[in-house]
Amino acid sequence: MSMVIQGETGDWEMVIGLEVHAQVTSQAKLFSGAATDFGRPPNSQVSLVDAAMPGMLPVINEQCIYQAVRTGLGLRAVINLTSVFARKNYFYADLPQGYQISQYEQPIVGEGEVVLDMPDGSTRRVGIERLHLEQDAGKSLHDQHPTKSFIDLNRSGVALMEIVSKPDMRCPEEAAVYVAKLRSILRYLGSCDGNMAEGSLRCDANVSVRKPGEGLRTRAEIKNVNSLRFLQQAIEYEARRQIDLYEEGGQVVQETRLFDANKGETRSMRSKEHAHDYRYFPDPDLLPLTLTPAYVSAIKADLPELPDQKKERFVREYCLTPYDAGVLVAEQANADFFETVAKGRDAKLACNWVTGDFAAVMNRLGRSIEDPPVTAEHLGQLIDLIADNTISGRIAKEVFELMVETGQAPAVLVEERGLKQVTDSGAIEAAIDAVLTANSGKVSEYRSGKDKLFGFFVGQVMKNTGGKANPALVNDVLRKKLEG
Amino acid sequence: MSPTQLTGMTLRQARDGLLKKSFSAVELVESHIDAIATHSQLNAFITETPDLARAQAVKADERLARQEGGPLEGLPIAMKDLFCTEGVRTTAASRILGNFVPPYESTVSANLKQAGAVMLGKTSLDEFAMGSSNTTSAFGAVINPWKRRSDPEARLVPGGSSGGSAAAVAARMALAATGTDTGGSIRQPAAFCGIVGLKPTYGRCSRWGIIAFASSLDQAGPMARTVEDVAMMLQAMAGHDPKDSTSAPIAVPDFSAALTGDIRGLKIGVPKEYRPSGLSSEMVKLWDDGIDMLKDAGATPVEISLPHSKYALATYYIVAPAECSSNLARYDGVRYGLRVEGKTLDEMYAKTRAAGFGTEVRRRIMIGTYVLSAGYYDAYYAKAQKLRSLIARDFQQAFELVDVILTPTAPTPAFAIGDNDEDPVTMWLNDIFTVPTSLAGLPGLSLPTGLSADGLPLGLQLIGRPFDEETLLRVAGVLEKAAAFTALPPGLGG
Repeated sequence: MSMVIQGETGDWEMVIGLEVHAQVTSQAKLFSGAATDFGRPPNSQVSLVDAAMPGMLPVINEQCIYQAVRTGLGLRAVINLTSVFARKNYFYADLPQGYQISQYEQPIVGEGEVVLDMPDGSTRRVGIERLHLEQDAGKSLHDQHPTKSFIDLNRSGVALMEIVSKPDMRCPEEAAVYVAKLRSILRYLGSCDGNMAEGSLRCDANVSVRKPGEGLRTRAEIKNVNSLRFLQQAIEYEARRQIDLYEEGGQVVQETRLFDANKGETRSMRSKEHAHDYRYFPDPDLLPLTLTPAYVSAIKADLPELPDQKKERFVREYCLTPYDAGVLVAEQANADFFETVAKGRDAKLACNWVTGDFAAVMNRLGRSIEDPPVTAEHLGQLIDLIADNTISGRIAKEVFELMVETGQAPAVLVEERGLKQVTDSGAIEAAIDAVLTANSGKVSEYRSGKDKLFGFFVGQVMKNTGGKANPALVNDVLRKKLEG
Repeated sequence: MSPTQLTGMTLRQARDGLLKKSFSAVELVESHIDAIATHSQLNAFITETPDLARAQAVKADERLARQEGGPLEGLPIAMKDLFCTEGVRTTAASRILGNFVPPYESTVSANLKQAGAVMLGKTSLDEFAMGSSNTTSAFGAVINPWKRRSDPEARLVPGGSSGGSAAAVAARMALAATGTDTGGSIRQPAAFCGIVGLKPTYGRCSRWGIIAFASSLDQAGPMARTVEDVAMMLQAMAGHDPKDSTSAPIAVPDFSAALTGDIRGLKIGVPKEYRPSGLSSEMVKLWDDGIDMLKDAGATPVEISLPHSKYALATYYIVAPAECSSNLARYDGVRYGLRVEGKTLDEMYAKTRAAGFGTEVRRRIMIGTYVLSAGYYDAYYAKAQKLRSLIARDFQQAFELVDVILTPTAPTPAFAIGDNDEDPVTMWLNDIFTVPTSLAGLPGLSLPTGLSADGLPLGLQLIGRPFDEETLLRVAGVLEKAAAFTALPPGLGG
């Protein structure tokens, strides 16, 4: 889908490419043995290598390579059997070496793609340009002292995967869906926890605008967008800014801009005088990284079922709509929960419960799928009770609320509270007779053509039976009696 | 034995003496501590560690008594001040690390410690190992113990960058020493000071804990007074280290066993391009004599061609500064070492680095920054890397024809302090014979084979195949015996 923005000089189109920095899930840093846990006291996870002490040397952490290759395969990308670590040179207080070890001309992963599931049920393909491994920098803390800056090197040297998309997105929503999908794939692979709040997934957006049909115009890079909402806001703002600039006869300059979440705008971050020349060159402390085809194929054989495959299977096995399947597979835990609930049951009903009442309660109570308000087993049992007519759909909602409150199994609750559906036609007939007798006037009105009263009679019967009467049976008998 | 006899021994003789209990490690170490004091005017050491050495000697005697001594047990050596030593100040001869005390020990120095060697102190060097004269040290120039016959008053350089180690070994202040060699920093000072120096194959010794100058070239190696001593030292220093990704995962052979004295049938390469018209006649003669000695021992000289060696210096002076400009970025005043406060972060960097680095280091950082800059990278760095491959290929092809290569180590004997200060390029020409080997990562050994007309030692260089230090040492042993270089610096005659 393409979003057209009307300007004074005609229509404009956005061109968006994203650079996502994903922290590699690993016990240790990319080139040192220091731990990577989040939220530890400042400078408590710093090795001599991370602090760039004299004479210290980096040694590649194999686990990070494994994760990058897995991720590359998950993105259906080319794995480069030879890749090279390079130094990106610049001075900053939280960059102890004075250079970041990254990959430049020869990244570990080449071109791949991500399939976006759009809310309208359509799909879009976004190309992946490359994925490379690099070190994170430390953190500068400017708010701890009136005149000094403090440096925390816990993050220094932590492994990041920089995943660069092609400029294939055309509206902010696609960008958000792309990041969400990428996050989902990374979480399935277990190569990144995808936690944007803790900074394990960070995103920079390259935004330009053009007249439909044109080639690419100059782009601006927007940094520091740390939520999907801000990402969309930032892109929206930036595109508008560029259009206004062009329409006023100005030119967009290639620059890095910072998103200010409070003001909802982007502003120039680096002036031209400070333009960095990173002086990339291959890191002489590290030999080129070579992988064997056997290593890569072993990882490939061991890949888990990924969102796209799972979605396809859900559509096939459970006859779900692609949209429903897409919603369910976004988080692996949700998909697993669904499968436990749906196994051997009416899949559509299971889907409705998982994405409907269950999801609503989870949101309301602020619970997670790892700590669900109702277990998958219990929810499945509830669906069984509906399927075998032990309870009606309406009563089921009531039972569900009781399950949330008490944590008890649905069968126990139904039994204890006498919520079992009345399917005894004699009892239902008696209840109907009582209602018809008590409302003889309305019976006459109905018979003289006021069809709408049918619902009234049903309601009365259900009320008198405490909602337990089988609604289908009630309908059936009532119709016979009224028309017979 | 007299103190002079103790300091005058070779490493091997001292080892044998300790094992035979002719003297104790404490006596041996004490005599060297005295020698260091006697020759303090040479300024070979930046940091002396006599108390540490005495304590180590006591322990060494205990281990020797229990017959638990390591291969270098109780033998006093000097450590180039580029090796980080735990708890002992390590400066790289720079103001920027003037007070730096590492909380860790380099792999090579740890290996030596493990072998029982006793460290006498940290020797001076050109700042960050950048230089060929040891005059760029922030702790003052080192003086070569050798004197010109014609001008005994002139203070000569010991060569560089491992000049402190070379002077210490030559002046009998240490039985042996460690050096590092990036473009000739072991071999050239060994030649200038009349001792033996070996730069092993790149990857033979771990670089972990050695303050980096140019990572793709830096290699630690031994400096001693005999080929056998160098073999003993290398034995302890070498080995694969998982902490250094460029350290070679190959076994360390028995280097001393390689000294068979038999080089019959070996082919000795003599590169025709290494005979520039400006080379002095005494250097040409030294070289020819060396060829004859090896021929007499049963080897065959073969003329070879190393056509790309003429680009070696230019290549080296792009690659090495490029790497150093990046390697030295960490000395920024933020975490350790010198800091000069500034109003802004950038100002702190500028002031710290201006005050902390000397002229030669600043020059190389600037050159390195320039050659890596956008728009110049392809013209300089990328081209230099291509040439580096071509230079390496020259050697590879030559080694299909010969077993070792023989060249002079340096074009001249030691020069006087200040002689080449005005012109960095003339200074850099000192490395013309050693740099190609470094670029190719090959092992190179310098040993003294004669004296100049003015009484200064001259060295020849042997170059070997990658990881074939054994053949190199074998040929060197034969050349050493044939040359019978016994001259001593004035005042050190026994």
